[in-house]
Amino acid sequence: MNDHLLVIFPHPDDEAFGVSGTIAKHTKKGSPVTYICLTLGQMGRNMGNPPFATRESLPLIRQKELEKACAAVGIEDLRQFGLRDKTIEFEDEQFLADEFLTVINEIKPSTIITFYPGYSVHPDHEATGRAVVRAVKSMSESERPELLCVAFARNSEEDLGAPHIVTDVSDVFEEKMNCIKAHRSQTQWLVNSVEKDPGMLEWVQKERFWRYPL
Amino acid sequence: MQPIQANDVQHALDQFIGKELYLHLETTNGAYANHNNESVLTVNAYIRNGKVTPLSGKIMGDGPFRVGLKIELGWIYAEGLTHWEIDSEGKLLLAGHDQEGRLAVALQLSTSPFDV
Repeated sequence: MNDHLLVIFPHPDDEAFGVSGTIAKHTKKGSPVTYICLTLGQMGRNMGNPPFATRESLPLIRQKELEKACAAVGIEDLRQFGLRDKTIEFEDEQFLADEFLTVINEIKPSTIITFYPGYSVHPDHEATGRAVVRAVKSMSESERPELLCVAFARNSEEDLGAPHIVTDVSDVFEEKMNCIKAHRSQTQWLVNSVEKDPGMLEWVQKERFWRYPL
Repeated sequence: MQPIQANDVQHALDQFIGKELYLHLETTNGAYANHNNESVLTVNAYIRNGKVTPLSGKIMGDGPFRVGLKIELGWIYAEGLTHWEIDSEGKLLLAGHDQEGRLAVALQLSTSPFDV
């Protein structure tokens, strides 16, 4: 059975927080993972603390961080779309959906993970999720992969109910933390809080997904 | 980047006056500002590769600093600047970082376009 997982997010590090454990579990059992990352997070405001990146060096640094993060969880197929941070919602949605469909038709994933439209806070997340939904909806029902979404807006559980899937990723905790740590310019605060705050540690060890109603 | 020394930045600014330049001007309180605190408005704005020819420019303040550039029909202004550098491509980068090292404001000038 094809067990190819396709992950589609706009920013390097979007995969780290909520999905890298699921990715690591997947690659550990020998199943392939393709990661489409749309931008280099060029407009991130985290520059390291104390800052070691500038607005101009940030994309170069994040490129290396992304490659390291992929290696940490066994992603061998990274597809970068070369778009610009904060501009995804201004791209043509059908164009994005078509680009995603090209990859979907090539690798025929059994599952796609992206952000839940309406519940993912950042405009780039929302636009990415919408375009993925559009792509999957355009497929015939029998050919559609399972579509799992990450939601973290405050009203997510209130509106969508409890997550449909909660995955315990404590068995790949080291891989997940290495993925998070790889995005050093962006994640020092998170690494610190996981080390200090038991609530954060608990949060990192579970990954939560909602099935999107197509 | 290094902490701003006003004299050094003024000297660097002077090198760019009267030239046709590419401008990057930005301010942000983070894409999650309102998510993290409902009473705060998420506010971000940037211009990348605006074409400008400054007629004069000054850095003012005791730190954090302000920079104002006079252009033919108006002004370019940034407040809250803390750090600066001339990067490997000769671009003048000025930024304001908060206590956690996060970029809150940036004003950058270059004689060649910024990457997009």
